[in-house]
Amino acid sequence: MTQAAAEPDLRGAPPGDEVDPEQIRRIVEKHREDRGGSIAVLQDIQTLHGYLPEDALRMVAEETGRSLVDIYGAATFYRSLTLQPRGRHLIRACLGTACHVRGAPRVVEEFERQLGVKAGETTSDKEFTLETVNCLGACALGPIVVADGHYFCNVRKFGVADILEKARRGVDETRPEDDETVFPLEVNCPRCNHSLMDRGAPVDGRPSIRVTVDFRNVLSPVNLSSLYGSFHSAGGAEIPQGAVCEFFCPHCHGRLGGPSRCTECGAPMIPMVVRGGGMVQVCARRGCFGHRLDLDGVNA
Amino acid sequence: MITLTLNGLDVSVEEGTTLLEAARFLGFPIPTLCHRDGLSPYGACRLCVVEIGEGPKAALVSSCTYPAEEGLKVRTASSRVRRARLMVLELLLASCPQSKTIQDLASAHGVRQQRFRQEQEDCILCGLCVRMCEEQMMAKAIGFRGRGQTRSIGTPFDIKSDVCRQCGGCMYICPACQLRCTYTEPEKAICGACANLAPPCIAQDPFDDMMCYMDPCVACEIARDD
Ligand code: FES
Ligand code: FES
Repeated sequence: MTQAAAEPDLRGAPPGDEVDPEQIRRIVEKHREDRGGSIAVLQDIQTLHGYLPEDALRMVAEETGRSLVDIYGAATFYRSLTLQPRGRHLIRACLGTACHVRGAPRVVEEFERQLGVKAGETTSDKEFTLETVNCLGACALGPIVVADGHYFCNVRKFGVADILEKARRGVDETRPEDDETVFPLEVNCPRCNHSLMDRGAPVDGRPSIRVTVDFRNVLSPVNLSSLYGSFHSAGGAEIPQGAVCEFFCPHCHGRLGGPSRCTECGAPMIPMVVRGGGMVQVCARRGCFGHRLDLDGVNA
Repeated sequence: MITLTLNGLDVSVEEGTTLLEAARFLGFPIPTLCHRDGLSPYGACRLCVVEIGEGPKAALVSSCTYPAEEGLKVRTASSRVRRARLMVLELLLASCPQSKTIQDLASAHGVRQQRFRQEQEDCILCGLCVRMCEEQMMAKAIGFRGRGQTRSIGTPFDIKSDVCRQCGGCMYICPACQLRCTYTEPEKAICGACANLAPPCIAQDPFDDMMCYMDPCVACEIARDD
């Protein structure tokens, strides 16, 4: 992590506030063919930046030849698109009819009180964004709260502090491992903090790390081994050895990427948050064994 | 040609004619609010409801958007239509009581009171200004934003739009507000002419094709004279 801070050299445009016209142009170009493609364009921009910066919308209007009013209208219409940057943790509380009658408004109020923001806002330290949604399809278990992709059911007012605490720590508890020969890691997305662990598709006999890999604009799910030092993976068979891919979080669709480069081959490193503190970085080049683990300052 | 029955009268109209146009052609009055000749039909206010079909299949539709169909039976003033219309007017009054247009419509239909919670909206989302801006002024400076309860009309990002020529067409056509001109907030202002008597339009280059709707403002005439 310390290294990350020392290296200002950024690959392409960093996701964040800076809008790179070149990247916007590429996104627009990619969707030039599909009819009514502005939603797809907006989604891609949101993936890149985590939200829709004003400048980006203006560029899209210019590039597509549509009026800014239409683009802005679409961007404000859909819940999944947002014009405000979101925080590290996303709390979505259901205010649908069923949850409402089961007391969701009191839960939302409690979230607002503890976070000190109104629904739809982000705390000033950029840690939490609180949103309300209308029905998540689990009405019988309501009130429902989703914290970083993890569902909490029958939430009461006094459970709110617990949920916030869990979200801060990472929503699934780390299970202490007693076997010393293996070195399993549990990782989260550095952008949305959603767990990347996939228990349904084990690699090396353990829950794997699921990411979405973009190779020449083809997205495919890839499962990486969660054993530190093992380079087994499943999926993405069509990606040739030696190819450098872009990695995305399968949950927030945010690009996983940082400023560091692989010490073996110079390709970008993909950072992931290790539960319990620290960062693990793997090389984005297929077949390269470059990786590093920073456990909260201690370089392993 | 399409033949349909309007209040019992057979009438033939061109394909693509709306029920509203057919009824007006025959002289049956249908009140409208969000419909204007020269602007595309939008069907927002539902004031122009008529009843089509018969028996249990009869339905209320907005005549300004419903195209004439062969053999369709239309009633423009059945009791069901009248009840629906009064309800629409009452609801409009409840949301926007200060509108002269709505007041006039209400009194013309004998609405003397409304039973809903009184609100003081300055926009009924009829979309007239949006269509005016796009279809007549070719500008597309304002549009709908958000949805549901938070739907509103305005410029992107709520700042003055680059493509707005300050023609005033949106204010001219608005049935609800005389309030959209917000000259006290200069950043959002559409014109400001009334406040400073120096309309920004004169300063603009393509002055001759301004297409302006600012009614009492004759600044351009004055400018043209000197
Ligand atoms: S109402 Fe909350 S999940 Fe359906
Ligand atoms: S005039 Fe037809 S819906 Fe408004």
